[in-house]
Amino acid sequence: MFTLGPLGFATPALLIALVALPLLWWLLRAVPPAPVIRRFPGVALLIGLKDETTQTDKTPLWLLILRALAVAALIFGFSGPVLNPQPARDGSGPLLIVLDASWASARDWPARMARVDELLAEAQRSDRPVAIVSLTDLPAGETSFRSADFWVERRAGLDPAPWAPAADDVADWAALLPDEVESYWLSDGLDHPHRADLTEALEARGPLTVFETTRPVTALAPPGLRDGVIHLPVHRVPGQPAQDIEIAAHGRDPTGVERILAQGTLAMEAGETVAELNLTLQPELRNRITRFQITGERSAGAVSLTDDALQRRKVGLLTGREGREALDLLSPFFYLRQALEPVAELVESPSVDDLLLTAPDVLILVDIAQLGELESAQIQDFVNDGGLLLRFAGPRLAASDVARAEEDPLMPVRLRIGGRTVGGAMSWGEPRRLAEFDDDTPFAGLRIPADVTIDAQVLAQPDPALSERTIASLIDGTPLVTRRFSGDGQVVLVHTTANAEWSSLPISGLFVEMLERLAVSTRPAALAEGALASSQWQPQRALDGFGEVIDVSDRPTLPGARLADGQFGPDLPPGVYSSAIGSVALNIGADDMTLTPASWPASVTIEGDTIAEERDLRALFLSLGLGALMLDILAALWVSGRLRNATAALGVLALMGMIAPAEADTPPQDELARQATSEMVLGHVLSGDSRVDDTARAGLAGLGRTLYLRTSIEPGDPIGVDLERDELTFFPFLYWPVTEDSPIPSDAAYEKLNRYLRGGGMIMFDTRDAELAGLTRTTPEARRLQAIARPLDLPPLEPVPEDHVLTRTFYLIQEFPGRHTGQDVWVEAAPPDAEQAEGMPFRNLNDGVTPVIIGGHDWAAAWAMDETGRPLVRLGMGASGEQQREIAYRFGINLITHVLTGNYKSDQVHVPALLDRLGQ
Amino acid sequence: MSNVAQFRADAEALAAPLPALMAQAEHLAASVLPGAHGRRRAGLGDEFWQYRQAGPSDAGARIDWRRSGRSDVHFIRETEWQAAQAVTLWIDTSQAMGFSGHKTRVSKGARARVLGLALAVLLLKGGERVGLMPDQPARAGRAQLDTLAYALSAPAASGDYGAPPETLLPPHSQAVFLSDFFGPSEVLRDTVGRAADRGVRGTLVHVLDPAEEEFPYQGRSIFESMAGALRHETLRANDLQARYRDRLAARKDMLTALARATGWQVLQHHTDQPPAQALMSLWQLLDAGRGR
Repeated sequence: MFTLGPLGFATPALLIALVALPLLWWLLRAVPPAPVIRRFPGVALLIGLKDETTQTDKTPLWLLILRALAVAALIFGFSGPVLNPQPARDGSGPLLIVLDASWASARDWPARMARVDELLAEAQRSDRPVAIVSLTDLPAGETSFRSADFWVERRAGLDPAPWAPAADDVADWAALLPDEVESYWLSDGLDHPHRADLTEALEARGPLTVFETTRPVTALAPPGLRDGVIHLPVHRVPGQPAQDIEIAAHGRDPTGVERILAQGTLAMEAGETVAELNLTLQPELRNRITRFQITGERSAGAVSLTDDALQRRKVGLLTGREGREALDLLSPFFYLRQALEPVAELVESPSVDDLLLTAPDVLILVDIAQLGELESAQIQDFVNDGGLLLRFAGPRLAASDVARAEEDPLMPVRLRIGGRTVGGAMSWGEPRRLAEFDDDTPFAGLRIPADVTIDAQVLAQPDPALSERTIASLIDGTPLVTRRFSGDGQVVLVHTTANAEWSSLPISGLFVEMLERLAVSTRPAALAEGALASSQWQPQRALDGFGEVIDVSDRPTLPGARLADGQFGPDLPPGVYSSAIGSVALNIGADDMTLTPASWPASVTIEGDTIAEERDLRALFLSLGLGALMLDILAALWVSGRLRNATAALGVLALMGMIAPAEADTPPQDELARQATSEMVLGHVLSGDSRVDDTARAGLAGLGRTLYLRTSIEPGDPIGVDLERDELTFFPFLYWPVTEDSPIPSDAAYEKLNRYLRGGGMIMFDTRDAELAGLTRTTPEARRLQAIARPLDLPPLEPVPEDHVLTRTFYLIQEFPGRHTGQDVWVEAAPPDAEQAEGMPFRNLNDGVTPVIIGGHDWAAAWAMDETGRPLVRLGMGASGEQQREIAYRFGINLITHVLTGNYKSDQVHVPALLDRLGQ
Repeated sequence: MSNVAQFRADAEALAAPLPALMAQAEHLAASVLPGAHGRRRAGLGDEFWQYRQAGPSDAGARIDWRRSGRSDVHFIRETEWQAAQAVTLWIDTSQAMGFSGHKTRVSKGARARVLGLALAVLLLKGGERVGLMPDQPARAGRAQLDTLAYALSAPAASGDYGAPPETLLPPHSQAVFLSDFFGPSEVLRDTVGRAADRGVRGTLVHVLDPAEEEFPYQGRSIFESMAGALRHETLRANDLQARYRDRLAARKDMLTALARATGWQVLQHHTDQPPAQALMSLWQLLDAGRGR
């Protein structure tokens, strides 16, 4: 292939024709447009007249240029121009394809795979042995070179890993490579530690080509929460132009559906490598966020999972018996407020009721000994449901009888009478200091300041369970903080006060840290290393290389040391890990990360991804040439004065315009919503068969008319509903005629349908085959209905029982004919324990409006009316047919009344009147 | 129009619906149908002109005894001098006359022939003698019509433009020239001048196609005469329009001036006009010239 800069030509020989362009130029200049020869006797009078304007019997210059360009474009077009042609790789030895396959290469993975495909195709042609190696997933032992066919099949299994290659492993692997090998390295563009060594190793073995894409690497660092504002730092490789980066916060909405909860756009200046997006969200919304993601980036680095650090716990503080006469500094609440207000949402109330109504995560009781029985039970429920009850001791608790004789459900341990004072003016002892926290306690790793001393405390009754309930103790071994799990929650008692009366703990930083460890307050930043290492972590959710979240809760727990190590690998993917002390998100992005672009030695051939985009320009040039020739037609006409009127020009232009695709029109969703909500509207599901749909429409229109005449229900014109496109919630009732080849709805449509059914909608399935169903066991329509209804969330069904509310919502009827009669109509089965009320012919079926009615009576046909109110379909014979139609209408009225009133008519209040009318 | 019978039928068909010409109702019939043209003076003729008193030189045989018997003097009955008129037609048969500017219009030549023959029909019916230049002398009678039609259906001349032949016209006869007069004007001037010298009065019927009148051409064109002898090329035909019209007007002025100088008449006719109209005008012009 002949190349000219970025252009290559498939048949460059044709370009020689360009030499002919000057010739064409000369020819075109010499030959004016052909004249029209006219026979005209008046020529005798013309002889001797000269043209006034000597404008030309030559082609005007611009027309000449146009034509020359047209011809040049055609010549170019036919010579098969290709932008960025792929140079052929024609080696013969083994080819090693090295993929970084890290998170950073996920951003343009398809381009990489396309390149790999091309390499494989080339290798296939030249029959070279190939090995494909992902540096993040290195083969054990020596690299095996196989035929390209082998790899073509396995290519699809290649995926980027959500971590970076480990330098040591890469070095080990590279040492085992054969001596002579040509390498092709698809780099992710970042300067990893292994890069230099591997480059050297590969170059030593043969030519090395590196493939890099131009798309910049972007990474999202974990969000930080400061002063209620979420800070999201975005990192980028240096030297990039200004760019707007959109970041979306994903999370579950109140209905549990994963959706985008918030969005922000970050404008990055040119050359900027770090910028921060600040998001201010309501706490409720913020607590729902599970991850942040750079929109449009498919990479694990562009996703930042959130953990407890972002959650603001709601803390209820029972302020019941606070005497306001005390000084602020003496009030235990003062210290708690100081510690909690910046990091948690604090709710204060003297009423347990009110506090629990706000659904707090933590309830703090400060020196409260006795609670009312009811309050006590409420708090127990709260704890058992997963709440944390944090209690502080104090004089009142010490003086009370709580948990003396037996364990109090709201106390972690039993207490001894009176407590003790170990320091102070009236005691002999020294104030006690805290012992180092054990590794298996939530406080593990916290540094204990030397000046924290405890003067007084309540003492726990020695107990076999005491040691395991103790999570912090003094250096003499007496418990300072005890904890007991109860149900899903826990009760924690701090054996000293929350003010500085008994200890200096509340005025130290340790107090805040301990509260944080107890998950009372929000963690301000990443977990301390000690804490991370101290417990076992259960993986919850992890990211794959593309930044998709996968559930990994079935994986084994990891020791904290592995997490603290921070080196992502197959056993430790980035994700969310949880333990007793909370959850932690390990993200690829980090606040202190720098993205350094890879630099390559000059000896390495570097291919960019522009090469990957081989573009065939033939169509472009040919259409340009043809377009120019089209213009030339107009121009030539115009020059020779024969462009009579604009219509010809418009015609040609219209011809050219026809090439442009018509714009798709916008979906009429809003119009539907407006129509469907301005009145009560019956809907029918479009079956795809226009005859069936017309009948359904006419049927619902006829039923609507009858309803209008006989009842206070005044429906509007029925609407045909496309399940895939239209919103269903507007319709109280959907008529669904099922044909043999009704389309099976998509998953999204099923989701909509199930939501519709759960939300109280009713669907009436009509297989319209009752006359056949009576003869055969099953019909194609019925089978279709089964297929359609299988994914639907349907209750058990039964044939309409005699006492079903459908038989008496408006008319008293016992059969439900449409165009056909007989055969059962199926509705939701009555609950098995429904009992016949004494002396009544009806069972007590007050609940459960049936969500579906299934039958095959072709009701729509029986209801169908034209505009003048005349029936469209003939029923039965003569008067009996009309009688059947009347009953069909009555059934329809009962049905719609049932849809709109639910089981109102089933209310027993109406029974006497119904009995009266039934003559019983 | 090579078929003689067809051609003649056409001409008769054109002549037939013209009551003005066939009879001009009863009004024209009185003067046209007898054919002989009263000279408004005594002479040879059938029509009574006047009685006059016989003089000594009058032959006795000429005395009208019936009139003389009612008075004392002798009267001689004089008749009006009557002479049949000779009308000579020249119908241009050159190639130029074959032109038609639009496919719905007949060619100039066809129109000229039909007009000429229709005029001949009328004149012959009226007893006049009609001849056709160059070589059909004026004769009267129905048979002359066939001769004329035959002569007119001869193939067109090869020349581009026609000029009246230099045949001597009978003195004091009438002449009708039907042509587009695109030919050399000197020849026409000579012919008409010589004819006028011999006391011949006549009419020039200028037959033109509307296209020749309006010159509706645009764009780069090569104009060719009908026989191809003349060519003119232009790049912008529309630019020539005004100047062509000027020249055409000059040509018409020349005709008018010629007519004024010789006492002839000029009649303009376009092929998109109904031929009956032209025939009527032509007849009236002839009629007007007849009295003198």
